[in-house]
Formats: sequence, structure tokens, C-alpha cells
Amino acid sequence: MDELSLYVLDITMNSVRAGATEITIILREDGEWLWFTVVDNGCGMSAEQVKKLTDPFFTTRKTRKVGLGVPFLTMLAEMTGGYVTVKSAPEELFPETHGTTIEAKFGKNHIDFIPLGDIVETVKTLIQGAPDVDFIFRHIFPTGKVELNCAELREMLGEGIPLSEPDILLWIGQYLSEQYDEVRHAG
Amino acid sequence: MKSLEELMAIKKKMQDKVAVRTSNGSTRIVVGMATCGIAAGARPVLNAFVEGVSEAGLSEDVIVTQTGCIGICQYEPVVEVFEKDREKTTYVKMTADKAKEVIEKHIKGGKPVTEYTIGAAKL
Repeated sequence: MDELSLYVLDITMNSVRAGATEITIILREDGEWLWFTVVDNGCGMSAEQVKKLTDPFFTTRKTRKVGLGVPFLTMLAEMTGGYVTVKSAPEELFPETHGTTIEAKFGKNHIDFIPLGDIVETVKTLIQGAPDVDFIFRHIFPTGKVELNCAELREMLGEGIPLSEPDILLWIGQYLSEQYDEVRHAG
Repeated sequence: MKSLEELMAIKKKMQDKVAVRTSNGSTRIVVGMATCGIAAGARPVLNAFVEGVSEAGLSEDVIVTQTGCIGICQYEPVVEVFEKDREKTTYVKMTADKAKEVIEKHIKGGKPVTEYTIGAAKL
């Protein structure tokens, strides 16, 4: 994968598949570092499963025997002088507060860092695939921030209009792109 | 700035169509979006289908959805087309350009693009 935004898409898909109804994605850029955090209220994982996450030969899937999502992310983060941490509370043990938080840190100036790429496209893809999930997307720069809150959008649109409608996705794309333009001009 | 008023205008337009929209969906285009698909380039393929179906005015009959890994990772991006009166068509090694062609010839024209199907790929 040659764009960081594809890693963001891939890792956030895990939260969708974990049955999360609320998923918060935060990107924060400051100086030479980029932090990427995903917080979900999905089914969570046991300590045993979390330990095995960086093992490429561990997956809960039945269709194949390898799971490369987290190993890819970890490799990229560590190559740039950063790290990946995963904290999880499985539903069986934490019926009220279950979920997973994954945080990655990347060195932006490192030669092995790859460009963020089209993050707006990643957000649109996530919403297209899971229009009922309350995604919060926030990208924080020293000069300002870009933000999208799906629960608020849904409230404004009322019932019966899924966020996956092409016209809505188009609007979301433009809404985010314009916020990025403003932040860049402010810088 | 993209305003919330604009969103409200879309809402109004949508509400008029809602009754029609929920009635059909006889064709399903399913794009594999697991790690294997994403790494192989599934994001622009999905986007091409979403936009292409909308531009062709087919949103009422055609649904574009995402799925996980179906187990043929070496052929990703994989796209399956489910239709009412036909066996499923499985497209492999897709690109955004091939997606546009599939919409034109298969979804609109009714003829699957055989050269992009799994049957044509060297197994």
C-alpha cells in the first residue's frame, strides 16, 4: 500500500467488522510526527488475541490463513521511528465499555514514510460501506482542524436518507476538501 | 464553503425520490474491501462503481456494496455482480477504467465483459 490513507481505511474496517456503532478516527500532525488513532465500541479482543495481532499468520477469518492489516501498519510505523499500540476491552468481560483503541505514530520526515494520500476518499469509502455507523473524523493541524460528524449529519438529514447516497457522499467529499483548503491557507 | 443549506437541498431532492428508491435494487455490485483488496487498489474501483452508477442514473436498480475477503486474494481487486436472472459474474484484477467499461457494457448493456472475468484469467 503506497498511501497512509489506505492503511487508515484498512485498520478502520476492522472496527466496522467488529460491529462498532461509534468509530472515531483522529489524525494529528505536529512538527515531524503524525499520530493516527482509531477508537471504536466494537466487540473488542481478548488479551490473547491482542498479543497475536502483529503475527501475520493470525486471523479470525475463515477465507484465508494470513492477517496482514496490523502487521503492515506496525511495520510502517516502526520503520519511520514510530510505534503501534493496541488496547482492547472484550465484550465478554466489559459488557458496558467494550471496544478497541489503536494508536500509531509515524515520523513524517523519515525516508520510509509514505504520503498520506487521499484521506477524503478513505472517509467516503468508510461511510459508503457502513452508512449507519457514527463515524467521527478529525484531522488536527497546528493551524486548525478538519472535522466530520456522521451522527450530526444523519440528524440533519432525518430518517430514510442513508449517508451512502451518492449525492451525500459527493457533498461529504467537497465539505472535507474545502476544510482542508482553509487549514492549508491558514498555514 | 460547502454549506449545510446545500445539504438540506440534497435532502429535499432525496425525499421526493425515497419511495421509488427503496422499492428495487435488483442488481448488486459487490467490491472486496479487505486488506488484500485495498492493497491491490479496490478503493478507486469502488469509487468508480459508486460514481458510475449514479451518473448513469441507475441508483434505483443497482446497489453498490462492500464485502470482506472471499479467498482469492491474488486476483484482487475482485468485483462480483449479482443479477436477478443470471449467474453471478466475478470480475478480477479490476481497475477504475475497467469498472467504467463494466458499467457501460454489462450493467447498462446487459453483456458481461468476459475478458475481465475470473474465467478468462489464467488459473
